[in-house]
Formats: sequence, C-alpha cells, structure tokens
Amino acid sequence: MKSAPLPLMLLILGLTFAFLYVPISVLVALSFNESGLPTAWTGFSVKWYGELARNGDILKAAGNTLIVALASTVVATTLGTLLAVGVEIRRRKGRFLETIIFAPMIIPDIVLAIALLSFFSLLNVTMGLHTIIVSHVVFNLAFVCAVVRARLKTFDWSVVEASQDLGASTLTTLRRVVLPVLSPAVVAGALLAFTLSVDEFIIAFFTAGAGRDSITLPMQIFAMIRFGVTPEINALSTIVMGLSVLMLTLSQRLNRGRLPGQ
Amino acid sequence: MIRQKFITPALLTTGLALGAGTAMAEDLVVSNWDGYMAPDAIDAFNQETGHDAELVLHATNEEIMGKLIASKGKGYDVVFVSSPFAEVLHNLGLAEELDHSRLPNLDNLYDAATQLEHDTGNQFSVPYAWGTTGLCYRSDLTDAPQSWMALLQPSDELAGKTTMLATDRWLLAAGQLAKGYSVNETDPEKMAEVRDLLIEAKDTLLAYDDTTFYAKLVSGEAEMVHAWDGWCNYGIAENSDIKYVIPEEGSDLWVDTMVILKASENKDAAYDFVNYILGAETHRWAAENILYKVPNKAAMDGLDPSLIETFPNMGLSPDEMMQYEQLRDVGEAQRAYSRTVSEIKAAD
Amino acid sequence: MNDRKPLYLMSPALMWLSAFMVVPCVLILALAFFRRGLYGGIEYTLTLENLALVVDPLYASIFLKSAWIAGLSALIAVVIGYAAAYAISAMPRKHQPKLLFLAVLPFWSNYLVRTYAWIVLLNREGLITALARWFGFEGELPKMLYTEPAVVVGLVYNYLPFVILACYAPLSRLNPEIEEASRDLGGSGWTTFRRVTLPMTVPGIATGFVFVFVLSIGNFVTPALLGGGQFQMIGNLIYAQFLTANDWPFGAALSMVLIAIMMMLLTAQTFAAERGSGGRTEES
Repeated sequence: MKSAPLPLMLLILGLTFAFLYVPISVLVALSFNESGLPTAWTGFSVKWYGELARNGDILKAAGNTLIVALASTVVATTLGTLLAVGVEIRRRKGRFLETIIFAPMIIPDIVLAIALLSFFSLLNVTMGLHTIIVSHVVFNLAFVCAVVRARLKTFDWSVVEASQDLGASTLTTLRRVVLPVLSPAVVAGALLAFTLSVDEFIIAFFTAGAGRDSITLPMQIFAMIRFGVTPEINALSTIVMGLSVLMLTLSQRLNRGRLPGQ
Repeated sequence: MIRQKFITPALLTTGLALGAGTAMAEDLVVSNWDGYMAPDAIDAFNQETGHDAELVLHATNEEIMGKLIASKGKGYDVVFVSSPFAEVLHNLGLAEELDHSRLPNLDNLYDAATQLEHDTGNQFSVPYAWGTTGLCYRSDLTDAPQSWMALLQPSDELAGKTTMLATDRWLLAAGQLAKGYSVNETDPEKMAEVRDLLIEAKDTLLAYDDTTFYAKLVSGEAEMVHAWDGWCNYGIAENSDIKYVIPEEGSDLWVDTMVILKASENKDAAYDFVNYILGAETHRWAAENILYKVPNKAAMDGLDPSLIETFPNMGLSPDEMMQYEQLRDVGEAQRAYSRTVSEIKAAD
Repeated sequence: MNDRKPLYLMSPALMWLSAFMVVPCVLILALAFFRRGLYGGIEYTLTLENLALVVDPLYASIFLKSAWIAGLSALIAVVIGYAAAYAISAMPRKHQPKLLFLAVLPFWSNYLVRTYAWIVLLNREGLITALARWFGFEGELPKMLYTEPAVVVGLVYNYLPFVILACYAPLSRLNPEIEEASRDLGGSGWTTFRRVTLPMTVPGIATGFVFVFVLSIGNFVTPALLGGGQFQMIGNLIYAQFLTANDWPFGAALSMVLIAIMMMLLTAQTFAAERGSGGRTEES
C-alpha cells in the first residue's frame, strides 16, 4: 500500500481509535472513581477492584464466559473455515445452501434462543455451559464462514490446481497451500467469533438452564442492571482489557511479530 | 500451525465445560430479581433448614416467563413473578396447586392478601411484596403533582424531564388511570383514547425507563418519574428531597408473588423455602432490606417505625391499598394491548 | 478437485447447522400458521391471520424504520471501518496484528457496560455536558441521549470492529504490485484506489455492510437503552411478541417475514461479491 499517504492514514487511525476508546476511557476512569457514581468524581480509589475480588458471582460468570467463548470459537472457526472452503470450491452455487449458511446471522436471536430451548427441552437434554457452547457455535460458524469466504473470492485457485498437478493430496494441498494464505482471514474470523460470543446474552440466557453454574457474564450483568452498571463491573471490564493487552504483548514477544503463516 | 495450536486448548475447555455443566444438581433453584431479598436470605435458609438452595437472577418478568414457557418449567423450583404472570403460569398449567398444610406461615398474611383478585385463596401463588405505582419527584425542583396529567402533560419547566415506566401494563395504566378507566380496560374505543393520550405524552418525555429512573432523579436529569413505590424509596434513601405520591385518579395494586413450579423435582424444599420466607422475622427482614411493603401482618406489625418515617409509603395500610385495582391477565385482549403499546412506541 | 471433496469439507458444519438451527427454528417458525391460545399457549388450528397481520401499516412502518436505522448505521460503519481497515493495512506488516487487536479490544468489555458508558457521556447531566460547562457554555445543550442519532451512534460503535475485520481480510492480501502497476501507468492515488483497490475489496465491504445491517436490525438493547425505549424497532417488536405478549405465532410470523427480506438482501450481497471478483478481470 505504498501509494497511500502516511499522514492521512495516521489521521484516520487516530480518529477511529479515539472514537473507539472514548467510552472505554470513561468506564476505566469510573472504575477508579471513589464515589462509584457516574455523576460525581470524588477521588481516585482502587476499592472497587477489592469489591470485585470479593464478588464470587461476577468472577465465576466471567470464567464461564471465557470457557464458552473459547470453546465455541475453536469449534466454530474450524467448522466455519472448512465450510467456507468447501462452498467456494463447489462450482454449483445452491440457493438452498446459501440460505442455510446465512440463516444464523439473519434469524433474530430471540427466535433462535427460544427455538433451541424448546428443542433441548423436547429432547430432555440437561442444560448447562455445554448447551450454551453448542448454541453459540451456530451463529459463530456463520460469521467465520462469511469472513473467510470474502477472502476466498479473490483467491487464485490456480495454485491449488498446480499443487494437485504436482501430486499433492487434497489434505496436503489444503494444509500447506490454502490454509497459509487464508490464515489472516481465519484469525479475523476467530476474533470476530470470540467477540460475538463474549457479549452474547439472549441465547446464553435461554440455553443456560436454570442452575447457577452456567451463568455467563452478560447474563449476570444484565440481571444486575436494576441498579445500573456498578463500579465493580467497570473494574472487571478494565481488567479484562488489561489482561488481553498483556496477552497480546506476550504473544508478540513469542512470535517476534510475525503474522501466522509468514 | 494454527489448527494444532487450537486442538489442545479446545479439548481442555470442552472438558472443563462438560465438567461444569454436569456439576452436582442443587437442592433448590430459586429465581428472583437482583436485590429483591435480604442479602443473606438464601444462606440463612440453608443454615436453618439444611437444604442447599441457590439463587439465580432474572431482570424482567418477561424473560423468566419466556424461559419457563419454552422449557415447560423444568429446572426451576420457585420463581418470583408479578401477579399477571403468575396467572399466566397457572393458566398454562405450569404452577403447582399449593397444599396449604405445608405452608403454615400463610397465617401470617393479612386477610386481604389471601383474597387477592388474581388468586383468591392463594391456590397457586403466595404474595411476597406489594405496593402501588405513582409519581416519584424532586420536591426541591418541582411542585408536588396532583394528577397523572402532571406526568402526561407536564408544565413547560418540567417538559423533557420526566420518565415513564417501559413495561407494557404500567405504561398503559398511567393513561388508563388518567382517563378514569380500569387498568384492565378492554373496550377498543376507550383504549384508542388512552393510546392517543400516551402518544401525545411522548413529546415531552425524556425516556421510558423502568430500571434506572431513580438514579435520574438523584442526578437531576429527571425531576418527576413514573415509579413503583419501593423503587422510589431507593431514591429517597439517597436524596431526602425525593418524595412519592399517588395521584388523585388512583394507582394500581401490584403484587409480586412466589410460585412453585409444577415441574419442580424438589417440592419439599420448595415448600420449606416459601414457608421460610413467610416467617414473621424473615419477611420483616426482607421488608427492611428491600424497602418494599410485604403483605405479612406478623412482619409489618413489628416493623421499625423510623423506617416508616423516612419512607412514608411503607406505612400505607392494606385497607387503603385494597381500593386500587390489580393488574390482571386480560386474555384475548392481550394482543390488542401489545399492539397499542407498539403503536405508542413506534409513533414519532 | 472433484465434486465429492467439497462435500466432506462442508458436512460437519452443515450437520451442526441442520441439527441446531434448521430443525429447532422450523419447529418454532411453523407456529406462525397457528393461533395464539387464550392465555398465550398455542391453539392448533391452521390460520394465515398472523401473516396477514404482518403487512398491517403499523408493522410495515416499524420494519421500514428499523431498516432505515440499520441501513444508516451500516453505511456509516462501513465508511469508517473501511477507512480504518485500509489505514491498518497501509501500516508496516509487523504492526498490523496489533492494530487489529486494538480495534477489537474494546469489545471484550461488555455490551451493556459500553452502552452505559455512552449514557454517562451523552445524558443531560453527563460528561459531554460537563465538558461544555467547563468551557464556559451556559445554556442547555440539545438533547443527545434518547434520540435516534444516539441509537445510530450506539449501533455504529458496537459493530465497527466487525466491519474493520471484514474489510481487512481482502485488503491485507491485496497485491501491492497491482497498485504500483496502476500508478506506473499514470493513474493518480485516488484513481488507483477507485478503479483498482476498491473493486477488488468489494467483497469485504459487502460483508461488513451486511454484518452491521443484520446485527442492527434485530438489536433491541441499543434502542431500549440509548433510545430510551422510544423507538420500536423490529427487534423490540419480535422480542415483545415472544416474551411480553406471549404471542409466539405472531412473533414467528414477523420473524419469517424478516428472514425472507434479509435473504433477498443477502442474495444481493453475494451478487455484489461475485461482481467484485469478476469485475477485476473485465477491467484489466
């Protein structure tokens, strides 16, 4: 992209990130606000972090959310990528196929939530984190597939033919020719799926079953909404983001900044 | 390779999830609103009775109802829902027919609380808290309102500084009461008038809000809000200029109830729990903590008088409350209600 | 590759979707053809009244309003998101993953938490007002929160990272030599962008637009919180049918119509994506 003027690019990035991070700064600041009220700043304090450490419910819910998001992302990314590759290879584009692939994105989540709960009830399945994971995979899969397909539209299939002509099996071709090229898209899709899952409330609420063990963070926060967003929740969000930045820095150190597949 | 990097974590997390999902089943699952019981109520119950109850939360009646209907009540033992929803549970056959011999503490209730319209004789629900809906306002910023119209057609200074409850039935009730109609009115012409009144009210409204309206009062963003009496007490606790009043046209009598699910597999524990909550001490402790009136005579008689001084609406007697109408499930007309609310909310 | 291989690749995902989406949803959507029971259950008499109700002017207007807000949000999100994705892909390779990550990071806080942060910013006694007062502004600021623009801002904000991710994928693998070739042939930076880069990355734009549109139109939290419940979007409406009104048949009917409309939109998107990749060879 050498043709793009650098100052303009930096300006765009600066403005976008400012927009993205202004509300975040607000919530981080509020987590350190002594008074705990959004309307009055009474001083810097870390007491809410202490409160958070004592609040077993929130911490448990956060842990559950992480489990659900990780598990559903892994499954969805795998299935979704395979699906995307398979769809793009097929020469015949079935209308029916397209419908099914896009459906999870389009179906209103309340419909999916109630449908899944009714379905699981009908089959007398015990509900818990596993049912949430299964449900989250449904829509995550579709989003991963969409992202990967967008990349595949500009993929040069002649490399695949060349690889096959040279005697590589399909599996090897996929693994060593297609996948490396796709990896930025797969990673983007995985990030997308993880993000969607972490924030998802409705489907999680309905498919979690009744027990306390399967409450996810969005469910917990939504239930606590009677009293607005407490500073402990802001503290939790700050920690989550802080930890993520830490993880990223660590993984950068380990990979020495190489994009996967390079 | 990415796929290899993912496999091990995947196996681990799936293993964890399955483990978590099949953890030992609790003795009793109770679903309630956040902060609607004394904070140690469940622990105290567990200690006293040796049961192992756990509390899960729901933010609105609607979502817990949706879950119960879709799963036919499985998984939950006791739920706290408002009376129209308890009626629905009963009509759909999801509520347990109560065996009063297992609920001796029912005797603690006021007579009036055992003859509530939605469930005379407490056949499927036990009242937990009750109260009125009215106007909560900042007495230092605005005058005491007399009528519902002060909210629906506010003065110029008040315009843009009011909120109304977002929940369908109470949203409509404000209009119904202002017009002198029943809160269970089904006549289409009258409802059309109510609808038009409420659409007009949108022009001067700040927002529909049924969870953070008292915070708006405390911050001054709003000066008069449509509120349930107990909620208003939270505001009063933070700012003594806040006051609650029932407009002259009246209010509705709302009742939050406990329902045992027919599909419950822990009926004994469920009955013990409901009975425990109805105990004089426990129920009074609940009232003092959540600042709502409870329909328990034994509890209210022993209520700390200073509480009534600070929160006058807690002193409202059952006789006074019984003059107000209860919200009932309106059967067929529910569709019309739903449509009316859509019309109001969709209007520009 | 022969036609059997793709099937093996697709089948795990398709089986999952069939079991956990197609079957449950068909069961629920089929309710659209039955009647709501007296107290909210299902009365098993076949009827088309629910579908007929959907075309009522009230509900049609709600559909249109939702489409308008969702479309506007999607448009703004795509413009900002594409620019940001382009800027990220213009940065040195080694920084790109970091930047992408930073773009997505805000979204690992919680949806409600972020929305509340906006409420804190925008409300009448909020931070933006405080800022204005600090600068000496005396009067009343125009109403920011509980308005339609607030809802749009909320939607754009919440779905922006998805657009960035979606647009980044095709942009990141754009062959820089093609751009260089265009410039060598005398094309200006802008022309290169307009006639070479943009068409080649249309699939990403289309995907991003559809993401935001689809996620926005069914969203009911943002209109409820940032719009003060004053806007009835299709998401709120469907939610209300299933949960408040206990009218699953009508909710199912509304959902069917929504899904049908969205399918048509997606067909258009796939068409645009095909053109994007096909157009390139036609032009060169």
